[in-house]
Amino acid sequence: MPHVNLTSSYPGITGLLEDHPEPGAPIRDLTQYILRGPNTLTEGERELIASVVCVGNECTFCSTAHVTTAARYLDSVEQVHSILSNPFAGGVSPRIAHLLEISGAVRTGGSVPDEMIESARSAGATDTEIHDTVLIAALFSLYNRYVDGLKTDLPSDVNYYDMLADRLTTTGYVRPENRNGSH
Amino acid sequence: MPHIPVSPTTPGIRGLFEFRPETAQPLLRLAHVLLHGESPLSKAERELIATFVSHGNGCKFCTMSHAAAARQHYGEQEHVVDAVVYRNDRSGVSELFSVLLDIAERVRVGGRNVSDEMVAHARKLGAVDRHIHDTVLIAAAFCMYNRYVDGLRALTPEKYEDYVQMGERMAKVGYDPGATNAAR
Repeated sequence: MPHVNLTSSYPGITGLLEDHPEPGAPIRDLTQYILRGPNTLTEGERELIASVVCVGNECTFCSTAHVTTAARYLDSVEQVHSILSNPFAGGVSPRIAHLLEISGAVRTGGSVPDEMIESARSAGATDTEIHDTVLIAALFSLYNRYVDGLKTDLPSDVNYYDMLADRLTTTGYVRPENRNGSH
Repeated sequence: MPHIPVSPTTPGIRGLFEFRPETAQPLLRLAHVLLHGESPLSKAERELIATFVSHGNGCKFCTMSHAAAARQHYGEQEHVVDAVVYRNDRSGVSELFSVLLDIAERVRVGGRNVSDEMVAHARKLGAVDRHIHDTVLIAAAFCMYNRYVDGLRALTPEKYEDYVQMGERMAKVGYDPGATNAAR
């Protein structure tokens, strides 16, 4: 049972955003821009940066949702997990591998060593890509704590995450206009 | 030196906002809703939670700036801020608020650490859903702001005096210049 009563029946983050639209709106706007807005990082790469944090923080709802979504842009869930467990094994370019490493550093504490930034830069990362990587990792540090800190429900339907990934890869993170659906 | 090019005259998160105005806007709106919007927690209490979490995360810029804002809100009781943040002395706050600070600390370390017992304890002391919700979300949000600031190594002024004016503006005007100030 969640730590607070939620009037909407959506699991995970969705119930919180629906029940608390005042903070929910800027959180959704930020997520839509940073994960789906114009960017030299692909949607799949940005979902990988988010997944590093969700998996590392062991947030079941967020990690399943974002690994499933990342897999839509790549090949498979197995491939996503293999990239996350060793970014430098060749599944992604060195530039992305270094950005995933930065995401991990932000998750565990915030400060990112100079060498990590320099390595990302020599592999071709731009200032904006470094900025966006840090902000995505920071944003998911919020999400994971919001979702787990209030002990939100996991979906009862195993197909939930696939339906969610359908939405996140099409309309993205904007609030769906038709809220009669289950995800 | 910051990890990205920022103006040498714009300290802290404001420098990052100038670098990427597209993301600054929702980040400021969120801060304003959380710290100046409607809540059963006073603005002073919310700024204190933000300061307490920022200090736990070792984020000097966020700690110094939000402490300055919290002191403004506490007014004559401003000593409460340094007591709670730097000495973990809870004698100046209510028993309920002290439990909410404990919940914020658990959230800071990791969301999965908030136990049913702590929440039940807070409720016994008078907490309603919004006390719990707002505490958890403010703590979670500052885990984001702190990482954003320190992850990009934003410029951090050293002296106490550098933050006084900043705190005054944060307390009086808030974070979102486009928002109407809530009455609390």
